[in-house]
Amino acid sequence: MTFVHQQAAHCESGVVSSLLTHHGLAMSEPMAFGLANALAFAYIPFIKLGGQPLIAYRLPPKFIIKSVCKRLGVKVKFYKFKDALQGAQALDDLIERKKLVGLQTSVYYLPYFPEQMRFHFNAHNLLVYGKHDGRYQVSDPVFEEPVTVTPRDLNKARFVRGPLAPKGLMYTIESVPEQIDYPKHIRAAIAKNVKVMTGAPLPLIGLRGVRYLAGKVAKLKGSVPQQRLYLGHIVRMQEEIGTGGAGFRFVYASFLQEAAGLLQDDTLAQASAAMDAAGDCWREFALQVARECKRGDVINRELLADKLRHCAAQEEAVWQSLKAWCKQAPRG
Amino acid sequence: MRVDEVPQDNSSTYAGHKKLLYARDGDGRYTQVQTSGWEPEAYATRDAVALYERKARQARTEVEQGLKSPLYFHMYHCRMDELLLSQLTGLWRWRIRRHFKPQVFAALNKKILASYSVAMDKTLAELQSLPDINP
Repeated sequence: MTFVHQQAAHCESGVVSSLLTHHGLAMSEPMAFGLANALAFAYIPFIKLGGQPLIAYRLPPKFIIKSVCKRLGVKVKFYKFKDALQGAQALDDLIERKKLVGLQTSVYYLPYFPEQMRFHFNAHNLLVYGKHDGRYQVSDPVFEEPVTVTPRDLNKARFVRGPLAPKGLMYTIESVPEQIDYPKHIRAAIAKNVKVMTGAPLPLIGLRGVRYLAGKVAKLKGSVPQQRLYLGHIVRMQEEIGTGGAGFRFVYASFLQEAAGLLQDDTLAQASAAMDAAGDCWREFALQVARECKRGDVINRELLADKLRHCAAQEEAVWQSLKAWCKQAPRG
Repeated sequence: MRVDEVPQDNSSTYAGHKKLLYARDGDGRYTQVQTSGWEPEAYATRDAVALYERKARQARTEVEQGLKSPLYFHMYHCRMDELLLSQLTGLWRWRIRRHFKPQVFAALNKKILASYSVAMDKTLAELQSLPDINP
């Protein structure tokens, strides 16, 4: 199989972009991300990661592939397994048939990951494009080059238990549509994303979630090391977990820019620039967290909370302009 | 973020790898830029790693003193906590806590030991002892 590895910022949107491009539907990573209306914010205190609350900057795992394919009419087939042996056999069969296969895996059991990044995170995505000398040829979108993995390690990573257990999930593309009505899909995706960010009924989701987090930070209790871990956790969720910087805000700004070009639309171009500025604000927040934590003595929680509120305000303006754009835009 | 603002801090946490970011060039057009690391991010990563290392060190001492079973050390050494270990093995947390007692752990049957060795990706011998070098 001739397959071209492409590095991406984020695992799932990278996998989707590579899969579609491989099947003749060339698509950038930001476009895949935007069409999936994947940008979000969620603060979920009852799901714990290493003792810290889940903070997400995008919609849940598997959502990107599902919603892009649904929106565009791409047929995709999902496989899940109860039995690891069966799952390994099914993967080998697909490779035999020269299929490009997407997999959900854990990060911890993949030996090619840098040692300090190997945490127990079960919703990583990667592509398998072949098997050579008894090793799987893997295109992991967040890495610069393709890698190889032994069947033992890959099976381990596919069949780990625990939160977000992959259960051996694999997916392949069955067919792609010949023509795509980009203006229509972009409009629908942006409208949906506006809803997630501004219209969620829960105070933990969207911009209200950002403000909720700001309130949490302002009232942060515990010793300085505990506070440092909590704040560091926010930064890691925002930056470390392959977000393309600033919790996907730059990826989304890039999508808005691409959309502006396709639709010849000035409002979208302005929204892209404003989202870029919001992204910069998130980066400044991360910088301030590091500065406050390194100083060692008391952490200025109010300063950090204010920065978060500032991020929320900046994003609010972008989403309001997009909301207005969706309303006045011609339908169909 | 502008292209010239993309940090290149050669973070040790990246182990020589480069990640991809999206940044704007001189014309304001978005382009893909590789980064070798960013200190604020690396700082948070190191802090999280250090937490487990600290716990593993403490656990090691307690195991050496005969207060805890090696399982207790391996849990932190594998960057887990009780909740996660329970989710990975399907064992109740109170059972896992019981297995931290050296005499209980020594008497465990093969089946339970196997579920630990799968979750922690360790052989039985590794699971029942402490590794040589300090973590």
